[in-house]
Amino acid sequence: MRFYRTLLHLYPRSFRAEYGDEMCAVFARELEAAGPARFVLLASALLDTVANAARVHVDITRQDLRYALRSLRRSPGFTATAILVAALGIGATTTTFSIADHVLLRPLPFAQPDRLVKLWQTQASRGYSRLEPSPPNYLDWQRMATSFEGIAAYRGTAATLLGIGEPERITGQRVTGGAFTLLGRSAALGRTLVESDIASEQDPIVISDLLWRRRFAADLDVLGRTMALDDATAVIVGVMPPGFVFPDRRESDYWRPLRFEARNGDDDRNNNYLSVIARLKPGITFEQARSEMQVIGDQLQQRFPKELAGMSASAFRWRDEVRADSRLLLWALVGASLCVLLIACTNLANLMMSRALARRGEFAVRAAVGASVDRLVRQMLTDSLLLAGAGGVLGVIVAVVSAPLVVRLVPSTLPIAEIPPLDLRILLGAALVTLFTGIAFGILPALRVCRTADGSALKEGARGGTGRGTERLRSTLVVAQIVASVVLMVSAGLLIEALMTVQAIDPGFTTTNVLTLRTWLPTPKYELSNARERFYQQVLGEVHTLPGVTKAAYISFLPMTMRGGIWPILTTTEDPNSPGGFVAPDPRDQRSASLRFVTPGFFAAVGTPLLQGRDVAAADTLDTQRVAVVSRSFAREHFPNQDPLGRQFAVAFAVRTIVGVVGDIRVRGLERESEPQVYMPAAQQFNGQLTFYMPKDLVIRSTVPSTTLIPAVRAIISRADPQQPVTDIKTLEEVVTLETAPRVVQLRVLGAFAAAALLLAAIGIHGLLAFTVSARSREIGVRIALGARPLDILTMVVRRSVLLAGLGVTVGAVLAYAAARSMQSLLAGVEPGNLPVFAAAVLLAAVMTLAGTLLPAWRAVRVDPLEATRAD
Amino acid sequence: MDTVRPESLIPLPPAVFHILMALADEDRHGYGIIQEVSTRTSGEVRLSPGTLYRSIQRMLDDDLIVEKHERPAPELDDERRRYYGITSFGKSVARAEASRLTDLVKLARASGFIPRKA
Repeated sequence: MRFYRTLLHLYPRSFRAEYGDEMCAVFARELEAAGPARFVLLASALLDTVANAARVHVDITRQDLRYALRSLRRSPGFTATAILVAALGIGATTTTFSIADHVLLRPLPFAQPDRLVKLWQTQASRGYSRLEPSPPNYLDWQRMATSFEGIAAYRGTAATLLGIGEPERITGQRVTGGAFTLLGRSAALGRTLVESDIASEQDPIVISDLLWRRRFAADLDVLGRTMALDDATAVIVGVMPPGFVFPDRRESDYWRPLRFEARNGDDDRNNNYLSVIARLKPGITFEQARSEMQVIGDQLQQRFPKELAGMSASAFRWRDEVRADSRLLLWALVGASLCVLLIACTNLANLMMSRALARRGEFAVRAAVGASVDRLVRQMLTDSLLLAGAGGVLGVIVAVVSAPLVVRLVPSTLPIAEIPPLDLRILLGAALVTLFTGIAFGILPALRVCRTADGSALKEGARGGTGRGTERLRSTLVVAQIVASVVLMVSAGLLIEALMTVQAIDPGFTTTNVLTLRTWLPTPKYELSNARERFYQQVLGEVHTLPGVTKAAYISFLPMTMRGGIWPILTTTEDPNSPGGFVAPDPRDQRSASLRFVTPGFFAAVGTPLLQGRDVAAADTLDTQRVAVVSRSFAREHFPNQDPLGRQFAVAFAVRTIVGVVGDIRVRGLERESEPQVYMPAAQQFNGQLTFYMPKDLVIRSTVPSTTLIPAVRAIISRADPQQPVTDIKTLEEVVTLETAPRVVQLRVLGAFAAAALLLAAIGIHGLLAFTVSARSREIGVRIALGARPLDILTMVVRRSVLLAGLGVTVGAVLAYAAARSMQSLLAGVEPGNLPVFAAAVLLAAVMTLAGTLLPAWRAVRVDPLEATRAD
Repeated sequence: MDTVRPESLIPLPPAVFHILMALADEDRHGYGIIQEVSTRTSGEVRLSPGTLYRSIQRMLDDDLIVEKHERPAPELDDERRRYYGITSFGKSVARAEASRLTDLVKLARASGFIPRKA
């Protein structure tokens, strides 16, 4: 019998209390009658109980749901508010969770992704942990390392797709043969690249699903077709499946074999441009591989002390290739959304509690007709779960809509899609959050009811008062809301401060009315400098004749669009006996500069001041002295306290004489230190050398709004070369704005959270006071009848809200400071204890409290003593 | 309270219909119902305690049966037990169900699924 009694615990408690004894009695009789077939009966009792208990649960839930729906329909205002509040909390949490999961947690979309690593060159002395290796280094790593199943290299590339409709600039990768095998991904159509492709006569190409659909109309017979790309005709051998992204989402239109040029001997050891991935051998741990790479790096450094001064090598888990600040930012957002969820839950709990207290009579009746306390609790939880469920559905819609808006927070350095997928995993996450929300805000009011449902406590409410315990609990919830909103407001405020600090940084140029665009000048057509010069002269000549254009020039890469292009700088020794000897002062202290070729007038076009000497000129050609214009920081670093004009230095295979000094530009972006800059005349670029650096970016300053020039400029370029694609049309202002775009996005998201928190907290405080006032209307009425002045009543109500606000703000400020400390690296130097920000947050919290208090206070003052005392 | 039409509850689950039939002539306690159903069906249908009390709970909610407070004659009473009796609404529902089943049988007969008695 004990067995059967235990089984009965599968039924809801209310059912068990009602029928448990009877069922046991019936079962005892059956057991008696069963005789030797007892065990069969026990077994069938087990099955019977499981099946029936499940149905009873379903019955009760269905009943509760019907009841809940009916009662929620009767109070549409409450229902709508509760669903919206729940949707806000769940939506915020789902959005941030889906992004954080996408970027930080989810395994990369490759076979056994945890065994994939990236290999980098390191230079500890200068604090660099991730430098691209050169081809000779890569080949040595491949030869020497034993920890890996395979090592593969790749580098970004781009080409103009010709022959199919409009010329289009597409970006892709050059990869070594083993890359796809190493990733463990095969093609959807045809094949991927293999080792033998590297040496093959043919030029095979694998294209992305997107390119296949966009340019080849998803033609299934695409294999074997040729693609005209700038200089070559590639043969399509494969199409990758949809969603395949490698190495990142911006550069994944196509993949071609990576061939190292013959001159990649040891003198090429400083030509650092490769990215390297590897797959760990089974049984080798990541730490083992990492130490092996360090040993190999050190060995190579000993063999090539000059080229690899201070360099070593290391391995990093591919999954961890997310910048620390991106990581921090995402976690900060998850934290912020949890704050919003917390506020939403406390708010809902308060709403539910008011409702539960208002429904006390109804519950008392239900209790009187035999509903047990746990049935009432269950009913309350059904109500809250139903509301949370509706909020959850709405929240997922919020998440789907907002995900594309916050997509700029997703770092582009991982092989993952841009928009986090809404899949089972995320839905499950949302469902869990919903369940948590439903239980979190349902349980407190439900337990309260549990206490009040027994007769004695019912009387307490009958006279319109609120229990002290209830009020204390509700006050605590309101304080929690104020705390969370203060934390969010301070965080958002600090980020605003940080954004303003960054926006105030001088980029080194002026952005008003400057149009920029890129023409790609494909090789071999433009490999010779004559061909390029003709193109520049024609385009720039015609652009200068456009009305409103004051200056136009070409540069290798616009500032902030290409951050690399860094070369070591060698200056002359002071020893007059060894003329022409150019060395770095100390190989360990290699100094470098960012290198750009420009056409005359670039500095005027972008508004960078010429401080000394002259600009590059049309007269600087291959037949004249090699010259350069340098930035002020370059002059200071290499020629301190000297006149830099006329001084010489060696860079990129040539000795250059300084003819001018210009202001510094933030090449690497507003928030990062940049190397000093060296500008060389475009006409002094040797044929076939440094083709990567040939000027492609056109800059046009005008007195008219720059976008009005676009059609005319397009026409000019098309006249100069009809096969020239024009891309990246932006104003210089947009280039700079893009710099702060992630900050603006993070601020918007956090700002939205803070605004939501503020609103919710205001609703919360209003709800609490409104409830208190209406519950105390009788007391207030009596006070007024006894001669209390409106001011006294006002003070009574307001004192309460001031007390709550004071407590919330104090605790909130302390927590906000702690939160700010932990996100200090996002603050661009703004102090975590920034006083104006804290003051503003406190002020806002005060205003919010006041706003939430006004209406209830007004009502309290207007209480009619006759009405109120007659209420009972 | 809304008035519920008997037709809205049919078709009845077999267990519910059996319980209604078992209560047709007198009030019974749980074990009594099980025995009565078993007797009426010559042992073909034997309700488990789980099915019985789950059905009873639903039937109470639907007003098909009521718990009886007046007890049978002392010599017949088992005072530990609760007795259930059919309501007039329960009778209407049982009639509606019986009529539904009769119609069904008529149809089956017309289709030749039931051999006509000679």
